[in-house]
Amino acid sequence: MFPTPIEKRSRAAQITYQSLLPLALILWLLPLIAVMVFSIRPFSDFTQGNYWGVPSSFELFTNYGMVFFESDMPRYLLNSVFITVPTVIGAVALSCMTGFALGIYRFRGNLLIFFMFIAGNFVPFQILMVPVRDLTVDMGLYDTKLGLILFHVAFQTGFCTLFMRNFIRALPYELIEAARVEGVAEWRIFWFVVLPLMRPAIAALSVLIFTFIWNDYFWAIVLTQGPDAQPVTAGITSFNSQFVAQYHLMSAGSIVAAIPPVAIFFLMQRHFIAGLTLGAVK
Amino acid sequence: MSSSTTPALPMHEVRAEATWLQRNKMIVTPLLFLLPGMLFFAVYVIFPIFQSFGISLYRWDGLGEATYIGLANYEELLTDRNFEISLVNNLKWLVLYLLAIPLGLFIALFLNQTVMGIRLYKSLFFFPFVLSQVVVGLVFSWFYLPREGLLNTIITGLGFDSLNILGDPTLATYGIIAAGLWPQTAYCMILYLTGLNAVDPEQVEAGRLDGAKGWKMLWYVILPQLKPATFIAFVVTIIGALRSFDLISVMTNGGPFGSTRVLSFYMFERALSEFGFRMGYGSAIAVVLFLIMLVFIGYFLWQMWRDEREARRG
Repeated sequence: MFPTPIEKRSRAAQITYQSLLPLALILWLLPLIAVMVFSIRPFSDFTQGNYWGVPSSFELFTNYGMVFFESDMPRYLLNSVFITVPTVIGAVALSCMTGFALGIYRFRGNLLIFFMFIAGNFVPFQILMVPVRDLTVDMGLYDTKLGLILFHVAFQTGFCTLFMRNFIRALPYELIEAARVEGVAEWRIFWFVVLPLMRPAIAALSVLIFTFIWNDYFWAIVLTQGPDAQPVTAGITSFNSQFVAQYHLMSAGSIVAAIPPVAIFFLMQRHFIAGLTLGAVK
Repeated sequence: MSSSTTPALPMHEVRAEATWLQRNKMIVTPLLFLLPGMLFFAVYVIFPIFQSFGISLYRWDGLGEATYIGLANYEELLTDRNFEISLVNNLKWLVLYLLAIPLGLFIALFLNQTVMGIRLYKSLFFFPFVLSQVVVGLVFSWFYLPREGLLNTIITGLGFDSLNILGDPTLATYGIIAAGLWPQTAYCMILYLTGLNAVDPEQVEAGRLDGAKGWKMLWYVILPQLKPATFIAFVVTIIGALRSFDLISVMTNGGPFGSTRVLSFYMFERALSEFGFRMGYGSAIAVVLFLIMLVFIGYFLWQMWRDEREARRG
């Protein structure tokens, strides 16, 4: 193990390390801690210039209550859910199939198609912006959740295919050959042999895509406007103009907007990190 | 490869003549499985790239008739001062964003221990990556506030003059990059933590016996084994740097005086905001950004292709 395990070092080194850890963490999360402290202060603290002293009162419930009951925030949050969940299902479903096709079969053009998916996944969004916006307007889907979902599903299929294909490649190929010898139809091999083995990949990918889509901002402002369809990342800017310079409410609002992906991360940590670091080890 | 049309399986010879579908099932099946995904991807990703190249040759406000003007948009770019600023800022992003890799490695080495509660520490160090860039942008713009911000409270507390980071054209871009480095470093850290987990303990032992320690051990024994992690960290950091948009939009909206624009943001401004709907000109900017990205994409794909070939041989 590298670096040398701290247990093998001197007592002094151990104590230094143990006390350095929380300090480093506080330093690392300092901007976030500042926002959390802001979000529980009363408005009067800001007018009196008491930014960093002891809060004159504890207003957690008032501030977060404002966010949930006096603003469009719940609508934006709900929009985010209705955009994110179908996207996750769609992109994972499509990429299970593309990943299967590219991972199991050998045919001419296999690698070319695979690389096309990877390359497409890396392009800057701006090169797609004008045509995709046009297409969405032409289909009558501008400012709808469906318009956003369709694009997200299509774009995420690139990354998901990369992920699924590499995962399927690592499965024992003998299983598939054995099934073929038994005369099992190809689609049955997909459904009954490969898909059950892909469960960990599906879980990891779902968690990752959920976070990616929830956090999307660019496409939200290109393809939607207003509280009918906008997700929370775009909604937060309208929220902030509603409560301009009221830092206690803006802080509470952005914390609320950030909670769902954070919660998913802490609940499904193992899957999340497995997904993110796929390929980091050979 | 070409033999794949006939499955090399001992089929039961029930019917003498297999149908066309049965004979070609090793070609037809993958095609059917690929079809929905490829259709989506082609319509929303592949075709739009070529369409953008086309649109960049037109003058078009997005609604009326488009007029073909050849390379005029590109000629205009050459003398556009804002385009130049954006390009230079993109370069700053590219270079400084790469700091996320050594920083991430440093934190990973710091956290690669097995003391009590270390898993929670790792999660909390990683968690800025899970926040949306919009939230990161807001968090940092409040952190930088001249009067209310914690940063300036600390700076003035130490006896220095307060800084208006996002209001100063010479500092604003660096302030935004610093905000971007926060989640990006967390990402690189988790890649390296995973990589360090897989480092071969025997090689480390062997290195120790040879008297390697500290920096030498890191450079000659550990880093070579972390190569896959470094490659991925490099890929995601470069892509992230060139995609920077959210932070700029949230923190400065391109200002002050347009000093924090990058190509992705400037393109959006030209094509879809108060500057007027210049779709053609915007597309020309997007094409330039795409071509810059293409250099890196080409390099990544070449690396991956080499790995593929090795995997096939091995």
